[in-house]
Amino acid sequence: MLIKTVIRHGEYYDSVKLMIATKQLSEFEGVTEAAILMGSDLNKEVLKRTGLLTPESEAAVPEDLVIAISAETQEAIEKALAEVDGLLNQHGGGDDGEEYKPKSFDSALKAVPGLNFCIISVPGKYARREAMKALQNDMHVLLFSDNVTKEEELELKTYARDNGLLLMGPDCGTAMINNVPLGFANKVRKGSIGMVGAAGTGMQEVMVLIHKLGGGISQAIGTGGRDLSLEIGGITMLQGIEALNNDPETKVIVVISKPPAEEISDKMLAYIKENVEKPVVINFIGGDKSKVEAIGKAAASTLEEAAAKAVKLAEVSCCSKYSMENNDELEAIAKEQAKLLKPGQKYLRGLYSGGTLCYESMLVLRDYVGDVYSNTPLNKKMKLADANIMQENCCVDYGDDQFTVGRAHPMIDTTLREEEFMNEVEKEDVAVILLDIVIGYGTHADPAGVFAKRIKQAKEKMEKKGMHIPIICYICGTEEDPQNWALQKAKLEDAGAIVVSSNAKASKLAGMIMKAL
Amino acid sequence: MKRVNDIFGKELKVLNIGLEQFCEDLKDQNVTAVQMDWRPPAGGDSEAADLLAALLG
Repeated sequence: MLIKTVIRHGEYYDSVKLMIATKQLSEFEGVTEAAILMGSDLNKEVLKRTGLLTPESEAAVPEDLVIAISAETQEAIEKALAEVDGLLNQHGGGDDGEEYKPKSFDSALKAVPGLNFCIISVPGKYARREAMKALQNDMHVLLFSDNVTKEEELELKTYARDNGLLLMGPDCGTAMINNVPLGFANKVRKGSIGMVGAAGTGMQEVMVLIHKLGGGISQAIGTGGRDLSLEIGGITMLQGIEALNNDPETKVIVVISKPPAEEISDKMLAYIKENVEKPVVINFIGGDKSKVEAIGKAAASTLEEAAAKAVKLAEVSCCSKYSMENNDELEAIAKEQAKLLKPGQKYLRGLYSGGTLCYESMLVLRDYVGDVYSNTPLNKKMKLADANIMQENCCVDYGDDQFTVGRAHPMIDTTLREEEFMNEVEKEDVAVILLDIVIGYGTHADPAGVFAKRIKQAKEKMEKKGMHIPIICYICGTEEDPQNWALQKAKLEDAGAIVVSSNAKASKLAGMIMKAL
Repeated sequence: MKRVNDIFGKELKVLNIGLEQFCEDLKDQNVTAVQMDWRPPAGGDSEAADLLAALLG
């Protein structure tokens, strides 16, 4: 085996570009392993694991671009190397060729006067610096980066609030301002429902369902998952509620979050009671509903319920054609599926790319099978010893930090979840598989196509063994998304998956099958 | 006093720093967006870069 290492000092590409190029390079004829990455210590670990570490790459510094290829022949290495620049500089679809990229805020503002919004997704340790510069230049910020400290978050948010700006994040995956989807986001109708949320895919799910139920979104403000902690005190959440309350286009406000620190939720509810006359729907996913009801606002248990209540309160006049299964219909599917299973099939496995979708599923499943094992469990006792090894009833969030070190988010790179799906489906004690497919901007170009292929392979293997396994999918997205929800749904259904109308219903159906065993 | 609401209803003009996909998605929707040519600052040391920025005013 030959290993070739090329170091290019001072050349920089973003992590998603590098991962996509790495994947494509690995698929070249004759190439055994390949990696294109920046020379950080973490990335050197990746090289070590894949057997690509050489004295040259070991000596690389974080500002070095490292290209490492192993192959059987020198010819294969040379051929692959010749393609690297093409892979790194390919465009995502646009044909605008070389365009001007400013190197500083000053030159950006000269090139495009009036820049008023900044999306930041650089590695966490550089994020505060860029975010502060954006705020100082009077831009609202969506801070996608994670690994930003709480102290940095507090400093940025305090500055933003004092200057009438929003700092959405850190670790904020989605937002919609003036009907423009930002980050991972779906294309939904413009309308009268405003949203502020600390739960990325939770917000996407509610926006998508509001759209499908005939409603629309005025603004959707993300806060980042830590905003409602004691230390941050809900700064962005309170700014968001105030802004939506003052916005004449917003008739109904939806608030989505995992249960906040009690002191903060009390503060937030007190603010709403005191200041907000507009209808408000609050979903503290799995949290206490009584405190919400006590201030005269609507509480929701699931994301689906939050969407339905918001649409009702917004008095949307258009009628929706989106059909959602009722309990009887789900029970009928569950009974039919349970009959096809063998006695040894007794566990369910959920493989998620959306953190909030995984969380909501575990809450719904609790009523059917009790607490399930997870890398992000509801109950600490159910934490998987090793997130790579599923056990009993189990839901894994593959978007959690432990899976995204040196790898793109599973909504972008489906490889890991595909592998785990194929592993789990082969296990004879597995009875049901749950999968979420999140589409929209920022995500994989055809996730349903990828999984449809895997589902077909799995079904063929099962048939040979004389077995059946229900694969329940939920697609979070709309027909206006680039991947088109209807086309994605058809691909999965053609492959034999059961596609359900909301994440909560998908989990409910899985629970019903488990109960019927 | 500037308010968060001032951005509502205004044309969004976006500076993207990091993953280029976000910028390409915005351009596909005819949103004004510009990609910054960003790379880790001053030898990768963000504290040193901040110090340098402070010294340079």
